[in-house]
Amino acid sequence: MTTMAQALNTALQDAMDGDERVLVFGEDVGALGGVFRVTDGLAAKFGDDRCFDTPLAESGIVGFAVGMAMGGYRPVVEMQFDAFAYPAFEQIASHVAKMRNRTRGRIELPLVIRIPYAGGIGGVEHHSDSSEAYYAHTPGLKVVTPATVEDAYSLLLEAIDDPDPVVFMEPKKLYWSKADIERLERTEPFGRAAVRRPGTDATVVAYGPGVPVALEAADAATAEGWDLEVIDLRTIVPFDDATVAESVRRTGRCVVVAESAGFAGVGAEIAARVQERCFHNLLAPVLRVTGFDVPYPPPMLEHHHLPDVDRVLDALDRLQRDDRPDTRYLDVRDGAA
Amino acid sequence: MAGRTETLLPSAEPVRFLTDSGAAARGRTNYPTPDPELLRRAYRAMVVGRRFDAQATALTKQGRLAVYPSSRGQEACQVGSALVLDENDWFFPTYRESVALVTRGIDPVEVLSLLRGDSHCGYDPRRHHTAPQCTPLATQALHAAGLAYAERRKGTGRVALVCVGDGGTSEGDFHEALNFAAVFKAPVVVLVQNNRYAISVPLERQTAAPSLAHKGIGYGVRSERVDGNDPVAVLAVLTAAVEHAREGNGPFLVEAQTYRLEPHTNADDPSRYRTEAEAEEWRRRDPIARLEAYLRRRGHLTDTDVAAFSAEAEEFAESLRTRMNADPELVPLGLFDHVYGTPTPQLDEQRALLRAELETTSTPEALS
Repeated sequence: MTTMAQALNTALQDAMDGDERVLVFGEDVGALGGVFRVTDGLAAKFGDDRCFDTPLAESGIVGFAVGMAMGGYRPVVEMQFDAFAYPAFEQIASHVAKMRNRTRGRIELPLVIRIPYAGGIGGVEHHSDSSEAYYAHTPGLKVVTPATVEDAYSLLLEAIDDPDPVVFMEPKKLYWSKADIERLERTEPFGRAAVRRPGTDATVVAYGPGVPVALEAADAATAEGWDLEVIDLRTIVPFDDATVAESVRRTGRCVVVAESAGFAGVGAEIAARVQERCFHNLLAPVLRVTGFDVPYPPPMLEHHHLPDVDRVLDALDRLQRDDRPDTRYLDVRDGAA
Repeated sequence: MAGRTETLLPSAEPVRFLTDSGAAARGRTNYPTPDPELLRRAYRAMVVGRRFDAQATALTKQGRLAVYPSSRGQEACQVGSALVLDENDWFFPTYRESVALVTRGIDPVEVLSLLRGDSHCGYDPRRHHTAPQCTPLATQALHAAGLAYAERRKGTGRVALVCVGDGGTSEGDFHEALNFAAVFKAPVVVLVQNNRYAISVPLERQTAAPSLAHKGIGYGVRSERVDGNDPVAVLAVLTAAVEHAREGNGPFLVEAQTYRLEPHTNADDPSRYRTEAEAEEWRRRDPIARLEAYLRRRGHLTDTDVAAFSAEAEEFAESLRTRMNADPELVPLGLFDHVYGTPTPQLDEQRALLRAELETTSTPEALS
């Protein structure tokens, strides 16, 4: 059995084996092998000049990587946790994302910023943010998040090969997810969503940590006679409109699952895109199942916050399968009056 | 450790070769006096640079530039930073380094693209080994450190020189850049042009350190401070700093104490935060006049030279004026170029949308 963390580690090894310009650096990635052990053994195997620790400064790590990429290397840097990456945001938004554009293609930055993200592991404050929307909202970045062990390997290799900067978001709670795989292989390229479960009654769109929730909900929903199609986006940017729209046009119903706060999030973008492209095929409103619009809660309360199977099933109940209109929002308005 | 401390700390007083009037300054310095030929080149570049700067300010008043941050009074630093580098070394400028970029040999129209507003970077950074002019403060110092480290790993012998202002030294990235550069022994020279004001905020609000150069010791970085209006001293110290980096001794921090004679940009009003008497005092330390007096006294500069350089500067400005009076070529559909190596399907859709808009309003050239 291979875990997602091991698959990521194998991807880094294969990339470093294949191209000596690939360097791994960040905080605790050397001797320790990263706090999630994703870089385990790299310093020993490739030397501590190819996998090395840096001063504890995230802006420094990313800004230094920009210079190294300008100098011909392919840095793969690790931000230790989602919320610890915020000091690097200026470097990411103002330089990483824009360098190709502002130099009219003369300087490209083939670098990967790995960010363990999202919750569900009982982390204390500042260790569980879903920060993908900040990056997805920044043109020039590719934003990738694997949901399966196979994809973790494939997408990370794809990210390292990509000529553009990639924010590679690793769902923490899936690090220890396992798959029985004989050989890790490259799967689909960026920009292709995967249909993880074909179905006919409604489409559930998810990414990263939301995918297992969606799949579990689809299994549970069979008991109520629902045959759900589950789509794993794999890459938020570039976004696969074609696969999502084709599915929803066929099923006529759509639920979006995203762990982040819902307001102005990636889930909102997906819902809007589905509505724009599938309006005339929709039989019910596009619904979102997301985290609440609250700062990420303390670990003992996080299960109240995270979208789970029951919330997805609740959303299905509102999809007007028997043509009864969903009156939830009407009720709220009337109640308030 | 004490010995090491002493070698890291800057001199007790800013390094000076010239008095305010351009005579030889008293006191000794360990820095070799720059070669007269280099000083002549610096003089010529400063004369051309100042004329360029005046022309750019004029073009802004005529509406040809969106904004122009003048470096008048800082020519010794502008020219010095460009002249101490080899062609293959990397230069990391801020938005105020237009004169340095012109001195580095970049087409002045390409230099002004950013400030005219037709492009974020008019020149080819790879061809000139010069990063785009950086507007966010001190962020580019990390790029310089990273690139210098890359060059060290590759063994190319190249160095990087990055410009930062006094205000920029308060930014976290300044600190992180010096720290990374020192830890990784990156061959990078960090030149702080301390022109005393960050727009309106005086140096006293940026730091309580004895000098900005004193910050270097906190990172284990060799540091020096220099009279930034003394071109001989600036060239001497920067030459030593570049050699220090090139020889594998790690980074070098130089604080050049100078003064911005003009407003921060054309949109600024310095009378609100500094006195005319203060500016007048700095005008008396004019770097061009000081170097001219020095070179003339030593027989390295004649009336004929001065007249020739002045004529060259006029020609340079005239040519710039003519070229800048032509409207730049704008390609609206170019908005979608170079966002990614290969456009996303969404960008292709948006390009088609803009193209359709243009087709109803524009000439065929705009659609190419």
